[in-house]
Amino acid sequence: MADKDIARHRLGEPVVVVEGVEKAFGAFVVLRDVNLTVRRGETVCIIGPSGSGKSTLLRCINALVPISKGSITVAGRQVNDPGLDKLALRRDVGIVFQQYNLFPHKTALQNVMMAPIHVLKQKRAEVEERSVRLLAKVGLSHKHDAYPGELSGGQQQRVAIARSLAMNPKVMLFDEVTAALDPETKKEVLVTIRDLATEGMTCILVTHEMGFAREVADHVYFTDGGLIVEPPPPAEFFGAPREARTRAFLEQVL
Amino acid sequence: MRTAATDLPVLKPFRAPPIAPSGLAAPALLGAGLVAGVAIVFAASLAVAQATGPAMRDGAVTILLRWLPLIFQGFLFNLLISVLSMALGTAVGVLFGIGQVSPSAALRQPAWAATQFFRNAPWLVLLFYAMFLLPFEISLGPVAIAFPAWVKAIIGLALPVAANVSEIVRGGIRSIPSGQWESAEALAFSRRQTMWMIILPQAVKRMLPPWMNLYAILTMATTLISVVGIQDGLTVTRAALVAESRPELMLPMYLLLLLMFFAYCYPIARLTMALERRFHVKG
Repeated sequence: MADKDIARHRLGEPVVVVEGVEKAFGAFVVLRDVNLTVRRGETVCIIGPSGSGKSTLLRCINALVPISKGSITVAGRQVNDPGLDKLALRRDVGIVFQQYNLFPHKTALQNVMMAPIHVLKQKRAEVEERSVRLLAKVGLSHKHDAYPGELSGGQQQRVAIARSLAMNPKVMLFDEVTAALDPETKKEVLVTIRDLATEGMTCILVTHEMGFAREVADHVYFTDGGLIVEPPPPAEFFGAPREARTRAFLEQVL
Repeated sequence: MRTAATDLPVLKPFRAPPIAPSGLAAPALLGAGLVAGVAIVFAASLAVAQATGPAMRDGAVTILLRWLPLIFQGFLFNLLISVLSMALGTAVGVLFGIGQVSPSAALRQPAWAATQFFRNAPWLVLLFYAMFLLPFEISLGPVAIAFPAWVKAIIGLALPVAANVSEIVRGGIRSIPSGQWESAEALAFSRRQTMWMIILPQAVKRMLPPWMNLYAILTMATTLISVVGIQDGLTVTRAALVAESRPELMLPMYLLLLLMFFAYCYPIARLTMALERRFHVKG
């Protein structure tokens, strides 16, 4: 963690800035007045009960879901600008989903290679070399030619992580990526994410893994009723939460 | 790591071997029985015709054999029409089906309206329209493109086929989970790329069985073209009966034509069922 602190001091400019964001689906307000700043190299965890808008917030950050009010800036790009180049934004923001969402008709390696070749128009040989490296990084060198249906949930999720990394994103979003996994495969995936965070990738995780959040996160945010209520350092968050609502939640889950 | 390490006994997921599809033998037996049944009826009708025919003239078998090559040729023409109208209908139908799921209402609504209109119209009426509304030839400046009757028939049959293919394509695309769209979108694929590289390749295997089913239906429906005066298998058979003027031959003669269609369409139906079963198990 010491290395990481040094890296953070050196590369501290904000990558994701969320200011006064509100999101409503019809009359149902999912997010209200959410403020969040993630600096380069930081790992931020967002925890909280189901239905509190955590996943929606992640989807707002890469413009999969439009926001109703406020502003979001990612790597200097205004996400809520109507003239936003969505494709350019999504090259900078990788997202990994709870249900993996791999392309079932493509092998693991093809899944990783597809977007760089067809979206970034990079040379196939180059992409293949990098994709092979990425699969090795997530510990799946032996599964290049396996189809998603032949992989376990944890393996699929690691392919999904490699697939996002292949785009060289500036920030990675993880949407409850271990929620559908059993404890053993969960661990493989969490180790992969921890390694990424340690290497200095900017990560935003929505998670129910309290122990993981405590170990890896630079900041932990707690969402409830669409409000982000707690942004202190993780030790303080888990040790002595300031808000009564946070205390109540942690008492339930820890 | 604290979260993942646990002392609790954990039940690993138990995966039962897939249950072998039972009753596979039943349709096979049924199919064989059906073939045998039709053959028996055919043989019996032929025997009756042979026995009851006038003694002075040719036997039923001789006459049937005389006409067989012509009827078969007519039947081949039916197949040609079916293949060509299926090809045309599929090409147009795929475009309309994709149009039906377009985010642009200007594309989606006309595609939907056309699909519904042609899907719910009687095939023979559409065929009449195509035969009598299309001109004999289209002149593009100095070039005149001829429109013989059989080309018009292909267009007429392709109309309902296109509408049905459009629905098959729309359903196939809709059946792909939204997570596929979402992750493609998050990887910065354009909508067009997502459709052609990610959604359609997956949807094709779900569209194949209903598409083949439609083809079998179309093949049988090609006999409609005999109504508008094209020399297909049915026209030839009818002409043969008129020429021979032997009423007792009616049953075996038409059965001969039916058998040809059956021999062609039944394997397609069986293959469709097999594909459906396979894709269903695989999910």
